[in-house]
Amino acid sequence: MASKLTPPLNQYDHVLGAQHPVIELIEFGDYQCPHCGAAFPIVKQLQKTYVKNMLFAFRHFPLTNAHEYAFTAAVAAEAAGRQDRFWEMHDLIFENQDQLSEELFPELAKAIGLNMAAFGRDLADPALTEKVEADFESGVRSGVNGTPSFYINGHKYNGSYDYDGLSAAIEQHITVKH
Amino acid sequence: MLTKNDLAPDFELKASPDESFSLQQFRGKNVILAFYPADWSPVCGDQMALYNEMLTIFAKYNAVLLGISVDSKWCHKAYADQRKLRFPLLADFEPKGAVSRKYGAYDEKEGQSERALFVIDGNGVIRWSYLSPILVNPGADGIIEALETITTSTTTNHGVKTHTSA
Repeated sequence: MASKLTPPLNQYDHVLGAQHPVIELIEFGDYQCPHCGAAFPIVKQLQKTYVKNMLFAFRHFPLTNAHEYAFTAAVAAEAAGRQDRFWEMHDLIFENQDQLSEELFPELAKAIGLNMAAFGRDLADPALTEKVEADFESGVRSGVNGTPSFYINGHKYNGSYDYDGLSAAIEQHITVKH
Repeated sequence: MLTKNDLAPDFELKASPDESFSLQQFRGKNVILAFYPADWSPVCGDQMALYNEMLTIFAKYNAVLLGISVDSKWCHKAYADQRKLRFPLLADFEPKGAVSRKYGAYDEKEGQSERALFVIDGNGVIRWSYLSPILVNPGADGIIEALETITTSTTTNHGVKTHTSA
């Protein structure tokens, strides 16, 4: 299988990190998936370690039949993104993963100081639903077979999502580049 | 295992105590056949959960998805209910594995279907097949690429599907 990031990183992605990255780490994740919850602090640690040369991006891959709040959570993060607060919402959702509910998202929005009227409007905006669906479809095309799935510089990483495995793969790409 | 351009053997299998499906009944539609080893096993769960989220994408390509394993109709019903699966799981149960064998996707040693994918066009011709290592969830990028190829070859310049079952 191809297992190449399709489409490649683009202006619609939420990105965080180095301006001129040697490494692009992309995660396809589901906010209600316990494995993604477990990977969350690991990604944070990687971002710290490779702060100078890594860019991190997150694409949504909600399994809506298995996880009833996964899709709404993704839209809530996108709605926060409309107010340039995607990553704050992203972090808070993962940090509160064990208590996801419909009521939680407005609470989180309030906690990060979002304009609540705009947040409410954006939650219902079909454009954001389409953004989440487009992320999912790009995951399917990229060969995502479960969450979390990671791509390093466009290629699927098939190891386990522990720190050592991911950082070893990242180091390899850094070595190859220089 | 059957491959590209082979004719897909017809079958009729139970999906639940009161539902059965044949390949023939989907003539004119593209069919994705996903053989898998067993209900409830972890890798299959991920694979079927993934495909379950993709039904609207498959529908865009005029395609239906059928899962097949040697589990019984009762087992399939319980599994589909518990996982909220919205596509049929077919029971290749009696004679055990007969349909899997016809497609060359039966593991004699384990007594279960292989993890094998087939994309069949509206005329019953296999357009793509893939045998996955038993422990690896193959994802769906190969399925989508195969469906795209079929759709492109049966699409007019205006992007309207013709659905001719010539």
